[in-house]
Amino acid sequence: MRLETFQLIDRIAEINLTDRKISAEATVPTTSTIFEGHFPGYPLMPGVLLIESMAQTSGWLVVAINRFERMPFLAQVREAKFRTFVEPGARLTVTAELEHDGSGFAMTNAKIAHEGKAVCSAALTFRVMEFPNAEMNQQMRDTAARIGLPDAEALAHG
Amino acid sequence: MSSTFDTIANIISETCDIPRETIKPESHAINDLGIDSLDFLDIAFAIDKAFGIKLPLEQWTQEVNDGKATTDQYFVLENLSARIDDLVAAKGA
Repeated sequence: MRLETFQLIDRIAEINLTDRKISAEATVPTTSTIFEGHFPGYPLMPGVLLIESMAQTSGWLVVAINRFERMPFLAQVREAKFRTFVEPGARLTVTAELEHDGSGFAMTNAKIAHEGKAVCSAALTFRVMEFPNAEMNQQMRDTAARIGLPDAEALAHG
Repeated sequence: MSSTFDTIANIISETCDIPRETIKPESHAINDLGIDSLDFLDIAFAIDKAFGIKLPLEQWTQEVNDGKATTDQYFVLENLSARIDDLVAAKGA
């Protein structure tokens, strides 16, 4: 996780566009200024960042399904549940599956697990829109390459 | 089997917590029922699922923005029902 730039996904472990599922890896840093306040003497990964991790993983799935031609923006978080604390250094597995591919929106169900145990889950809704500009599109493609998401051309050829 | 209008009225009632009896065929989802665009995504999801279709919300929005259609054509519920019936018929054709 790159908390300083809000890029929370380290690597796409698996993506299946037929089943519309994705799995990603995200390791919580051992040190971060966030832990100075959350909480002093008892560092915990904030729940909002766990939600963001699920949103980013879902987002990569939606980007891939749309062949990098459209961008999902988080619109709604439902049924968010946090089952256990997440501490610095935790290696998280973030998974998401597409619940619905609507016209201009998408819905996913996402989960995070740590050492095989459920950490949290949520149902997420995204507005799916044209990229606001070419620079953002290129940045997304560059980040996708860094984290191991197949590029648009590879996705187009299955 | 319930009519298309009854099905979408029930969806709207459950999704947006609007009393079912206030939802009429002539009701405008936005202007009369106060449903905003985000809530309408939940409604669209439920309609898509219930009827096995994909409401073309982006196309409708574009037509309204371009002045080629009015929101009445898509968001007055009796009109929405007719659109859904058309989409269901097209799917089966």
